[in-house]
Amino acid sequence: MNNMEQLYRQVIMDHYKHPRNKGLVKDPSYRTLHIKNPSCGDDITVQSKVANGIVEDVRHDGTGCSICCSSASVMSETVKGKTVEEALKITDTYLNWMSNRPYDENVDLDEAIAYTGVRQFPARIKCASIAWKALEGTLKESE
Amino acid sequence: MKSLVQKSHFPVLQDSSLVYLDSAASSLKPFSVLNAMDEYYYEYGVNVHRGVYKLSYIATEHYEKARQTVADFISASFEEIIFTKGASSALNLVASSYGLNNLTKEDEIIVSELEHHSHLLPWQNVSRITGAKLVYLPLDKDGRITIDGFLQVLSDKTKVVALTLTSNVMGYITPIKEIIALAHKKGAIVSVDAAQAAPHMKINVQDLDCDFLAFSGHKMLGPTGIGVLYGKRNLLSSMPPVEFGGDMNDNVEKYTATWKDVPYKFETGTPPIAEAIGFAKAIEYLEKIGLDQIHEHELSLARYVIKQMKEIDGIEIYNEHTDTGIISFNLTDVHPHDAITFFDQDNICMRAGHHCAQLVIKYLNVPATLRASFYLYNDKEDCDRFIDSLKRARTFFTEMGF
Repeated sequence: MNNMEQLYRQVIMDHYKHPRNKGLVKDPSYRTLHIKNPSCGDDITVQSKVANGIVEDVRHDGTGCSICCSSASVMSETVKGKTVEEALKITDTYLNWMSNRPYDENVDLDEAIAYTGVRQFPARIKCASIAWKALEGTLKESE
Repeated sequence: MKSLVQKSHFPVLQDSSLVYLDSAASSLKPFSVLNAMDEYYYEYGVNVHRGVYKLSYIATEHYEKARQTVADFISASFEEIIFTKGASSALNLVASSYGLNNLTKEDEIIVSELEHHSHLLPWQNVSRITGAKLVYLPLDKDGRITIDGFLQVLSDKTKVVALTLTSNVMGYITPIKEIIALAHKKGAIVSVDAAQAAPHMKINVQDLDCDFLAFSGHKMLGPTGIGVLYGKRNLLSSMPPVEFGGDMNDNVEKYTATWKDVPYKFETGTPPIAEAIGFAKAIEYLEKIGLDQIHEHELSLARYVIKQMKEIDGIEIYNEHTDTGIISFNLTDVHPHDAITFFDQDNICMRAGHHCAQLVIKYLNVPATLRASFYLYNDKEDCDRFIDSLKRARTFFTEMGF
């Protein structure tokens, strides 16, 4: 598999073509955060609903490249049903791992591991991080 | 369609695997420019206009000679050339000094959706502060600024016309000379963004009769951090400075001060000396080749590429009839940032995104575009490698399921 194919491996294309948890809801029990990268046009909104310390639901919507849009979908599946603490730990680990910084190897990134190819493309790391950063914002707000 | 110049003149092009198609963002710099800047730092790297000693005299001579080179390049006078940080600063200076001090809520400012943010946002700011109305001239069906479109918005209220000479996304050349003549009949002044024009075509400010014109060094083989504002002498003289400090003042009292004459009243602080010297070298390089030849060369490369692009299915070209070496396009259903990584893997440098001109992107009704731009050091081989990569990219993304 060459670099490009590795980058766009099956998981990413699957979530890009068939995004899960896509579409925002009008429900005040959700925390909403909008992040935009004006230089490239990636524009993502993430909503999370927390009850009893559990991330009960995550929604997302926006426009951007395949890496950006698919990672929002993967993120939503990865953290749904986790405790806020677990979700934040996964997010922190993912963002460190993605940016090639030291990270906790004991944390299970689940399907998000599919984004390993992106780590070799410095110009695209931002694309794979933006949805997770938005999630982090909504969860930290709810703490 | 050989390269107009030897690639060996450019250090970055020593890597023969590189195809550089992003000159509209920033051009590569030849050795002659870098050497001239080195010479300043190594041999006489001191301040200008200040020291009363030999080295400072030499530095001042070189700096001011660079100003004369720029003045000659666009047929202006020495005192009409203000060195700035770049075209953005130059265009901001016009809006902040002329705009804020001359416009009222009775006035109108004509702009276009083709403007770079650096020529749009300063006038948006003037409009917000003074109440003057920002008016958009209607583009034609291809997205061009036309005289007809301009006449639809020109009125007795028009006080400022702020237009680009060459669009950085569409590559169209504005019929600016005719527009300037029409604007002057209404008593309006015209600010021209020539950042994408000055590197590629001969500009004569006397002939255009423009009131202000701005461009950047780094887009025309020069260094970053330097640009030029040309302004008509009488206008510049009547305008207040926007930055205050050393070197720009004449007599300083406790509560008042007076300013030096133009251009110095607009240049405070230690100027970009090495950059001015490098910029002048870049202009000498361009003039040796000839601006008309450069324009012809880029246009022929762009036409050669567009002809082949049209034969590939699933490519959308937004400016098929470009007037310059700029081509804006997309692979259908592939976000430009996905596409750009493919080209990057082939060591082809191109731009993807908004190009600092969000209104054009909105006009085109796409999320963003890819942009290939050609300059004098590009050749047919660059074009062929680009087309080959484009074909493989199209196949790859189709197979991936985009």
